[in-house]
Amino acid sequence: MENGKPESKVIVVTSGKGGVGKTTTVANVSTSLARMGHRVVVMDLDIGLKKLDLILGLENRVIYDIIQVIEGECTLKQALVKDKRFPDLYMLPAAQTRNKDEITPEQVKALCDELRPDFDFIFIDCPAGIEQGFRNAIAAADDAIVVTNPEVSAVRDADRIIGMLESAGFKDIKLVVNRLRPDMVKQGDMLSIDDLLEHLCIDLLGIVPEDKNVVISTNRGEPIIMNNRAVAGTAFTNISRRLLGEDVEFPNFEDSSFWDRFKLLGRNLFSSK
Amino acid sequence: MLDIIARILNREAGGSREIAKERLRLVLVHDRSSSSPELLNALKEDLIKVIRDYLEIDEEALLVNFENESDSVALIANIPVKGFRRVVNE
Repeated sequence: MENGKPESKVIVVTSGKGGVGKTTTVANVSTSLARMGHRVVVMDLDIGLKKLDLILGLENRVIYDIIQVIEGECTLKQALVKDKRFPDLYMLPAAQTRNKDEITPEQVKALCDELRPDFDFIFIDCPAGIEQGFRNAIAAADDAIVVTNPEVSAVRDADRIIGMLESAGFKDIKLVVNRLRPDMVKQGDMLSIDDLLEHLCIDLLGIVPEDKNVVISTNRGEPIIMNNRAVAGTAFTNISRRLLGEDVEFPNFEDSSFWDRFKLLGRNLFSSK
Repeated sequence: MLDIIARILNREAGGSREIAKERLRLVLVHDRSSSSPELLNALKEDLIKVIRDYLEIDEEALLVNFENESDSVALIANIPVKGFRRVVNE
């Protein structure tokens, strides 16, 4: 924090439980910030189980990885992969054949300090779990985002992670609820946003509805924010805008299903005398 | 068609959201209580402080714990009493 520009921000994205959409969140929020012209680097700390390169569609451009940087085999600049679609986006790849215990929180801090002068945002993709990999990922971060799904096991793990982040001194921890199915909430078969907030007691940063387009864009290696018609894309873009301090209203997915709008339209048509 | 029937049956059984809410509430109470021994210790010390004014208790043998039943969590305290303070009635 002392060296580098004061406005550069290191944000860790974490969840406890795996498979809730951490990497998808990191990839899309960082891409969308880069699209708005902010200088962004994403650091993949899921060493041994990397996914970020695939989700960003940069897997063929990786030459060096973070462990090689730490061990001095290459420079940090050499290892950074530039995204051709977004000139302000860079990725620092994880190593696939090593493990999470091979780096220390101090080394991650040193890397972040080296990156701070050149970037506005440094995103850290945290591995699932609460072990060494988690400690490495939160060590250098100024802020934390917790991703969860509206599902008991994911919320339980999120609660544990929030507790650990709080005892590590994090304030203003933000929540992203991914894969919400408003139709199921309405039917009474899924936990609602309010149900989650009631227990987790942190600020809501974003709600991402379940969207088939996420699978399609992951298949293609194109972040979902590039699809203007995808609801998940809009949701991730909104998260980025909120991170920039913009006051973006939360759409009320829970009562705006297609049928509701249809019924409303009908009501309006018939009542307009 | 089957889907509709299944949905009707489901609705009668009460949505699974309520079940999820209740299970979540319980599991979080349990997780939080067991993950914070400091909280329990602080509570124990405060309990001793208050009770000492009224009773003589065996502080060493005092036990405070959370106990889980199937649908509730209770704070159980076992406080051996050695004697009563003499109360002076005005």
